[in-house]
Amino acid sequence: MKNGIEAALVGLAAFGALMGAAFARDSLFQAHAWILFFILAGSTIILLRRVKFAPAGGLQQDTKAEDTSGYMDDVIRYGIIATIFWGVTGFLVGVVIAAQLAWPVFNIEPWLNFGRLRPLHTSAVIFAFGGNALIATSFYVVQRTSRARLFGGNLAWFVFWGYQLFIVMAATGYLLGITQSKEYAEPEWYVDIWLTIVWVAYLVVFAGTLVRRKEPHIYVANWFYLAFIITVAMLHIVNNAAVPVSFLGVKSYSLFAGVQDALTQWWYGHNAVGFFLTAGFLGMMYYFVPKQVNRPVYSYRLSIIHFWALIFLYIWAGPHHLYYTALPEWTQTLGMVFSIMLWMPSWGGMINGLMTLSGAWDKLRTDPIVRMMVIAIAFYGMSTFEGPVMSIKSVNALSHYTDWTIGHVHSGALGWNGMITFGAIYFLVPRLWGRTQLYSLRLVNWHVWLATLGIVVYASTMWVAGITQGLMWREYDDQGFLVNSFVETVSAIHPQYVMRTIGGLLYLSGAFLMVYNVYKTIKGDIRKEAPMGAPAAAISPGE
Amino acid sequence: MSFLQKHGIIERNLGLLFILSLLTVLVGGLIEIVPLFYLKNVIEKVEGMRPYTPLELAGRNIYIREGCYVCHSQMIRPFRDEVERYGNYSLAAESMYDRPFQWGSKRTGPDLARVGGRYSDAWHVDHLINPQKVVPESIMPSYAFLASTKLDTKNIEGHLKTNQLLGVPYSEEMIENALADMLAQANPEADGVEDMQVRYPKAASRYFDGNKSELTEMDALVAYMQMLGTLVDFSVYKAEENLR
Repeated sequence: MKNGIEAALVGLAAFGALMGAAFARDSLFQAHAWILFFILAGSTIILLRRVKFAPAGGLQQDTKAEDTSGYMDDVIRYGIIATIFWGVTGFLVGVVIAAQLAWPVFNIEPWLNFGRLRPLHTSAVIFAFGGNALIATSFYVVQRTSRARLFGGNLAWFVFWGYQLFIVMAATGYLLGITQSKEYAEPEWYVDIWLTIVWVAYLVVFAGTLVRRKEPHIYVANWFYLAFIITVAMLHIVNNAAVPVSFLGVKSYSLFAGVQDALTQWWYGHNAVGFFLTAGFLGMMYYFVPKQVNRPVYSYRLSIIHFWALIFLYIWAGPHHLYYTALPEWTQTLGMVFSIMLWMPSWGGMINGLMTLSGAWDKLRTDPIVRMMVIAIAFYGMSTFEGPVMSIKSVNALSHYTDWTIGHVHSGALGWNGMITFGAIYFLVPRLWGRTQLYSLRLVNWHVWLATLGIVVYASTMWVAGITQGLMWREYDDQGFLVNSFVETVSAIHPQYVMRTIGGLLYLSGAFLMVYNVYKTIKGDIRKEAPMGAPAAAISPGE
Repeated sequence: MSFLQKHGIIERNLGLLFILSLLTVLVGGLIEIVPLFYLKNVIEKVEGMRPYTPLELAGRNIYIREGCYVCHSQMIRPFRDEVERYGNYSLAAESMYDRPFQWGSKRTGPDLARVGGRYSDAWHVDHLINPQKVVPESIMPSYAFLASTKLDTKNIEGHLKTNQLLGVPYSEEMIENALADMLAQANPEADGVEDMQVRYPKAASRYFDGNKSELTEMDALVAYMQMLGTLVDFSVYKAEENLR
């Protein structure tokens, strides 16, 4: 009886959600439980319609019995679609909140105020877009590099759907006002527990597949994916440790207070960058870049050194978010030293990625997917240089609390994470759907340049905004009085806020081109277009 | 570099790769975070800190719910311009009952660590209802709905109890009287005002939202903001004794 047990379990969970709504101790928990109930009830109905009642042990009537000998790619196809969907959603919310900062009339209280939408944006791009990209690509990479089918059968489906449920519960929670206010760890205790369960299942699927591998060596991409999964589990569990007021209420109080809570949070927050957005995505780089350019990874030794150095050093960098605060000085100094050292393994990764193109640089001219990946690695190098600069205490004294930080994050997220993900999507879609090629490489090229232009506009306006505001805050006149009131420093950067919105729109429009391109590719269409890259200018000897 | 050739041992052994990765990522956190829990000089010795009153705690939870921390820090750095603009630099002791902390990471709006007492209650109410009416260039969203939303007073003692469990010094008496204290703080004509102020020194009792007939979320949020940064008595604080 295929799907029978699953349908029953989801149905039971839906009943549990209904009970949660009935006995809720506060109105927010009640609203959230209703949302959960409708999602689970709908899922139960869908599952029930798919239940197959084959007689147990009887004749194999089902001629289309599922083939379990090859790779498990269905869940990856779903993952790619989810990545694209959440990506566009996250970018769209980003444009909306950028517009809210330029023109506050775009705030619609209470549900669509900036304070509630901003966590929705950050979680949508990091955890929904980035997370789905990581899960889908890691499932693809681990199967190919291990020459083994995903471990655990339907457990991979549980990981996929369980993760989507986490995203929806987190997102609807933010709009309702359910948050524990820890940046990038906003979901409340019950959503955190759910994510922990899903994450452990993810680890089991991933590590189980590695156990099954037919290759003696674990490929380098998998080291990064594995370190990412382990570390995110550790960070998530420690930083979200909290005691709920009631088991039928949303509110919880953190296990840590004040200064300890601050450092725990930024230990988590910085390593969400270090492991979610860096180690995991380096795993992507180590598989898709060599594949796309058809060259081996540049240096095996460099990959060993930078892997261990990166995962060791990153963990220490958290205190650079807390310079000159009430955090003890020694912790700040330690954080600064390690943040600056982190430059080296970061560039080790960049060099290993870029140099993989050795002997294949001509592909930059003819293959816009390679172009996208190279720009991604270049932005990785740029932002991992900017990061150590900003973690010098005297630089941070100016940059902290300003938009410079926002610009830095976006050159990393849009440039590195976004572009390497787009590259992987363009690599995967024709292969996963059995198409000979993408619908259009020229559209990919448009995507590359729209996105790049968007990032450059975004990052440069935020540099100007951040440094302007930082300098205005500390500007004194001849008599020793502060020159600017706070609000004067806000209106001074209005033009940059407008331009930043335009940068975001450019990036979003590139993503829409990708949606169209992927849709047409899956349909099986091929655009009639001139091939990329004009023939090289003929070099003829002088007369 | 023969040790690099030995790396093959790790690459062939998933258990080893798993354990070594985990150990490698554990070190930094253990060395940086764990000492903060036992070193005695992490939290300064100050006079005046007390737990939040029930009304302030409810206000703080609204502050968190609305994501105010996204744009407002509560952490004044020891720079001349910040001290002149916002007041004395923030101490670790001032957030020792904050679960979670609200130091923030971005100042799209000004720091609020010492906003308490800087403006009148009426200013805060007007500003929250329509920020641009008070500060025309402001880009803050409007929070008018707080003035018309009744404050949820259910289970306020549960909130105090949870904090007590975690180590915030709420007494049994404070928990028993949580609801009464909450109502008394928002109603200066109530009987329990003096008892409330014995339990929570310096706690003001006013009609914070200017509306005598109803206890709203606006009352709680304004009560919270009006106490921010006002507890520590800096006249007796000795900075040099707390050098770290």
